[in-house]
Amino acid sequence: MGRSYNTIAFDAAKCDGCGDCMTACATVKTGSTDKSRSRIQIVGDESDGFELALCRQCGDPKCVTVCPAAALTKNFDSGVIEWNASKCVDCLLCTVGCAYAGIALDEGVGHVAKCDMCYASPDGAPACVPACPHDALTYITTSRIYNEVGDWEDLFAPGLAGCQGCNTELLMRHTLRRVGPETVLATPPGCVPGMGSVGFNGTTGTKVPVFHPLLTNTAAMLAGIKRQYKRVGREVNALAIAGDGGASDVGFQSLSGAAERNEQILFMVVDNEGYMNTGMQRSSCTPYGAWTSTTPIGKGSGGMPSQGKTQDAKNLPLIMVNHRCEYVATASTAYMQDLYDKLDKAIQASKRGFAYLHVYSPCTTGWRFPTDQNMEVARKAVETNFVMLWEYNPKDGLEFTRPVDDPLPVTEYLKAMGRFRHLSPDQISHIQGKVVENLAFVKQMAHRQSA
Amino acid sequence: MEQTKYLVVGSSHAALEAVTAIRMHDATGSLTLLTRDPHLPYSPTVLPYVVSGRSAPEGIFLRDEKFFADNHVALKRGTALKALHADRNAAELADGSEIAYEKILLATGASPAIPPIPGIDTVSYHVLRTLDDATKLNAAIKQSKQAVVMGAGLVGMHAAENLVKAGAKVTIVEMAKQLTDGYFDAVAASLIEKAFTDNGATILTGSRVVKLAPSAVGATLTLENGTTLEADLLLVATGVKPNMEYLAGSPVEHDRGILVSDTMQTSVANVWSAGDCAQAKGFFTDGKVMNAILPDATEQGRIAGMAMAGDPGLKHYPGGVPLNAYHFFGRHAISVGSSKVPDGAEVVTRFDENSGRYLKAIFKDGCLLGIYGVNEFFDGGVMCQLILRRVDLSAVKDRFVANPLAVGRELMSKLWR
Repeated sequence: MGRSYNTIAFDAAKCDGCGDCMTACATVKTGSTDKSRSRIQIVGDESDGFELALCRQCGDPKCVTVCPAAALTKNFDSGVIEWNASKCVDCLLCTVGCAYAGIALDEGVGHVAKCDMCYASPDGAPACVPACPHDALTYITTSRIYNEVGDWEDLFAPGLAGCQGCNTELLMRHTLRRVGPETVLATPPGCVPGMGSVGFNGTTGTKVPVFHPLLTNTAAMLAGIKRQYKRVGREVNALAIAGDGGASDVGFQSLSGAAERNEQILFMVVDNEGYMNTGMQRSSCTPYGAWTSTTPIGKGSGGMPSQGKTQDAKNLPLIMVNHRCEYVATASTAYMQDLYDKLDKAIQASKRGFAYLHVYSPCTTGWRFPTDQNMEVARKAVETNFVMLWEYNPKDGLEFTRPVDDPLPVTEYLKAMGRFRHLSPDQISHIQGKVVENLAFVKQMAHRQSA
Repeated sequence: MEQTKYLVVGSSHAALEAVTAIRMHDATGSLTLLTRDPHLPYSPTVLPYVVSGRSAPEGIFLRDEKFFADNHVALKRGTALKALHADRNAAELADGSEIAYEKILLATGASPAIPPIPGIDTVSYHVLRTLDDATKLNAAIKQSKQAVVMGAGLVGMHAAENLVKAGAKVTIVEMAKQLTDGYFDAVAASLIEKAFTDNGATILTGSRVVKLAPSAVGATLTLENGTTLEADLLLVATGVKPNMEYLAGSPVEHDRGILVSDTMQTSVANVWSAGDCAQAKGFFTDGKVMNAILPDATEQGRIAGMAMAGDPGLKHYPGGVPLNAYHFFGRHAISVGSSKVPDGAEVVTRFDENSGRYLKAIFKDGCLLGIYGVNEFFDGGVMCQLILRRVDLSAVKDRFVANPLAVGRELMSKLWR
């Protein structure tokens, strides 16, 4: 099983070429401030943009294969390609092998030098990243999650009946792995039981107790079960994985009631913006302009052409904030580290009271995009601010967890899928206007809460 | 008869890369690695440093037993391939046994080419191609007072430097008009030559040894012009020849090396070849060439392994590009690409006598064909990509020649994404 590693990410758009990263690297690695001796090299200029020459710690490294002296090795624990000074013969063949200028001669000492991600430093984190004043460099540590998760038990059946490329499978498997075996799961009608959580032929699709409440009473039933377990003195996680229809429409009153009573449960909503399991009908979470089977595209009637949904989506997570729950957050599978941080907090909060996690979950079938594009669509939603990632608790208020300072135009998101293909310029400007309005609204809440 | 799905013959870079490539696609198919060498895999390129004592012989191995065990590779050391019976998919080994294979890779490398000089069989001399050669030479160097190195290629020059550093009086005899012919041009060669003569070596280029005879010291060499040299240590480093004697009587086509296609397949089904014994397409020529260098061996080995395993990610061999890096007396020389200057090509050079920095670049139709530097560091891997991708450098040529390190990275950084 391959391992996943931490990495240094570079956002070219934020780099102004100041070179502080190079100074930091040279200082740490050579004791001088000579930027030419830095292992990280910023190249290019203002007119053409800046880029990075840095060891990529390749999984299949060419420098290692061309080293005749066995002086370079990939450390499969850290992912770092390590240079062994005592074995190196200074032949420079590694510099001939690497196409990325990731290993080069340090003329100050006459040996090759390369980035080791400051792996051996006390904090184990690269010196260049905190030195960047513009956040162009980030140290991505998501890999830790995948390596850890790989060791946890997958609590969902190996086979399931989801659509190809479905985001929900990823979400269910990750969530159940994290929540663990001491869990009772409620999955009301929707894609999750449709994919097999409730099982086949008298066996469940999960390795934890699972039940199939009505759309209308999920939160109420789960709260009762949790209370019963508490009464008999057993600590369990009470988890619901519900769709947006089951939460925001017909299941709302029981959800709101459980939140108001501060029941100790974790309620996760998989928001694919419609009743996708039953044939893609609109829900109150379906966004304005979107095609669904009940908001079709066509001639319409009475001279009014039908152009998709005519109302804006309900912002369910903000409504949940107004219940002053123990924890409320929005998340996206395109940002797994963020999702995991929130999942961990939600699990903790659910031991004290009601925790609510709202995950935006693109639907390849209902939204009309290719099955390999799920992460890209999810990422575009965040990059355009169509979806905002934030978290709330009563003590700290609402905070953005991944603020997008320089959002893409919403068309970048809309054109990634077929359900918005018909949009008129007026509809697009309505949606863009709504994005701006929603952002301003959430920002105001964030400001108010922290003030 | 022993049977294996993949039989890889040889244990250096090409063979090891093929093993990796096969295992990436086929984790379980039986794989046997056969080598005439008694040691674990190592690189011939590191041997000059074993000679100098810089590399400990036990520290140079590229893989350990655990690697082969973990990858389910049967390692047969100290057993040479004697004959290839391609008609019945069988390899006959030196001990008389046979292995039946489904697919075989011939990555048998090369051996020193011994020039047919009268008397050469009457004297004792060293060569440098195997670890055992290197440890013998390492011991001999310490005793040597006057040494002669025949051949001024990279192997000969490396050994000569070590002899100089060990305190011997060293003479290098080279047939060609310059040192390191075929690797570096005349200017670079003269810089290298100066480093050697400054350190006390004698260099006789354009000289041919015509006779060898035993003497009280060791050997007497007679040159074409009649002068004689006495050597207590004689190293013959006049080039290499591919190991392919086992093809005698086999239908596998070979010329100077084993002829291979762009997927490293030979003319015969189920037989591939890669590395120093293979003769493959050149990047700069239409015909097939010997490009016996380490980076190319890994490239060819990778392609051969992928082809043998049926990996759909296989990309055809783009053609061999010469790539060399050479370190001498604390200085370095790097050469990437063609050393020939075709019609219509432009050569740009610059040389700074004070720093000893020398750079030469060859362009044609705006594209880089070759670049050579002495004491002028640039990223050889980046240069190679600029050549292979035929990147048009017309607009930045002057800047590029002034600073190939920075401008090369700048150009490649736009091609990386």
